[in-house]
Amino acid sequence: MTELLDALGLTQSVALLSLQPPGWGANLLRGLANSLRIAAGAFAFGLAIGLAGACGKLYGGVILRDLLAVYTTVIRAVPELVLILILYYVGTDLLNQAAAALGYGRVELSGVAAGIWVLGIVQGAYATEVLRGAIQAVPPGQLEAARAFGMPPLTVLRRVTVPAMLGHAMPGLANLWLIATKDTALLAIVGFSELTLETQQAAASTRAYFTFFLAAGALYLLVTLLSGVVFARMERWARRGQPPVGGSA
Amino acid sequence: MSIPLWRALLMPHRLAIAAVFAGLAFWCAVSLRWDWIPDYAPLAVEGLWRTLWLLGASVVLGFLLAVPIGLAQAVGPWFLAWPARIFCTVIRGTPLLLQIWFLYYGLGSLFPTIPWIRGSELWPYLRQAWPYALLALTLSFAGYEGEVMRGAFRNVARGQLEAARAFGMPRLTIFRRVWLPQAVRNVLPTLGGETVLQLKATPLVATITMVEIYAVSSRVRSDTFIVYEPLLLLALIYLGIAGVIVAIFGRIERQVPARGG
Repeated sequence: MTELLDALGLTQSVALLSLQPPGWGANLLRGLANSLRIAAGAFAFGLAIGLAGACGKLYGGVILRDLLAVYTTVIRAVPELVLILILYYVGTDLLNQAAAALGYGRVELSGVAAGIWVLGIVQGAYATEVLRGAIQAVPPGQLEAARAFGMPPLTVLRRVTVPAMLGHAMPGLANLWLIATKDTALLAIVGFSELTLETQQAAASTRAYFTFFLAAGALYLLVTLLSGVVFARMERWARRGQPPVGGSA
Repeated sequence: MSIPLWRALLMPHRLAIAAVFAGLAFWCAVSLRWDWIPDYAPLAVEGLWRTLWLLGASVVLGFLLAVPIGLAQAVGPWFLAWPARIFCTVIRGTPLLLQIWFLYYGLGSLFPTIPWIRGSELWPYLRQAWPYALLALTLSFAGYEGEVMRGAFRNVARGQLEAARAFGMPRLTIFRRVWLPQAVRNVLPTLGGETVLQLKATPLVATITMVEIYAVSSRVRSDTFIVYEPLLLLALIYLGIAGVIVAIFGRIERQVPARGG
């Protein structure tokens, strides 16, 4: 094994990436765990906003619909990096004012909470559009039937709309999840130690830029490919019992 | 779209919302600090120009690269299709920030160790940040658009290509006159959206010392400790540029002949 690594000239890279302290492998994995935690939290928060936003856009009053249109347009036209900074400062300001009103001192927003808050609001705008399209693809007869049985609106949403639209929403949601995992890299710029920042620090202190950036790229790629497999399986599950797509209309 | 735009905008509730937003804008203009603008205006114009040419150059170059990549994936032999597919997967599967830093710090630390690169004519350029920024943004755009163009080339109706062949057109002429125009026409809305996404990717190059419009706002913030005003103005500028991009693509879409018939 060691001869093979020597022959390939990789001994040094393997030592740098080892999980024990002289190596930086543990730092990268910790960064990856942080990235995934934020991505999962932001994705869930975004889904909640998206579901509420989609229902508002479809069934809400005229003012609510216009305000939601402003929200989705602005969020999708302004760079994530700028939004992250604005939301980060607004979030910490609001939190501090609330803390001062309640008689506490300054509070420091934790990196994970801040990441979930800012990326979740960005994700919510995209999720609103994805879920709105998916809900519109549900045959209206199904919703009318549920309403005709006297189901209250929330039960219709939970028992009919959501299960029926999930299959249509899955490809868009898979895309959103991938965007969430990649957007966590932007938090490196505000100094949160997720995978990209850990990589940059490891690379800068060892001067082994290629080793670490390639390793981090491989980790991100692994997450992407595994997510693809998982979402394909979830889409098959969500579409169970539905007629195959592309059949006769 | 049956009611004209101006009448849709004049509905009472929209007027009320517009009034609220106008009041908000007025409050921002009066009670926030804007006295720093004259000091930084020249730098901001320079930064804006840098953002725009970076966007334009990377979109044009990236699209030129995306056409062969899409073609290779759609109809190429396996030894062209596979590398193209791997390129798209890697670009789309890793964060752009990582790619930018990989190129800038990785290549940037490798080049000085190679004597013939240090001695070459290109060395003065390779010591600056913008070639790496342009390369990273171009490759990224090519990766995403290569995937779009793969579908676009596949979705051109076969009868069109068969008809062109039946007329005895040479293969390159078919590609230039029939295949490419129809493929591009079908994905024009997607390309418009992707160009806006590319605009939103440009501030990342500020992290490798390129002073574009985002970096200017960061400098205002760190010089004067004014937090919200530069960021709000920056968001407004990006909204404006995105609006212009959407309008340009909308105009192009209206000019190409409609589908069908």
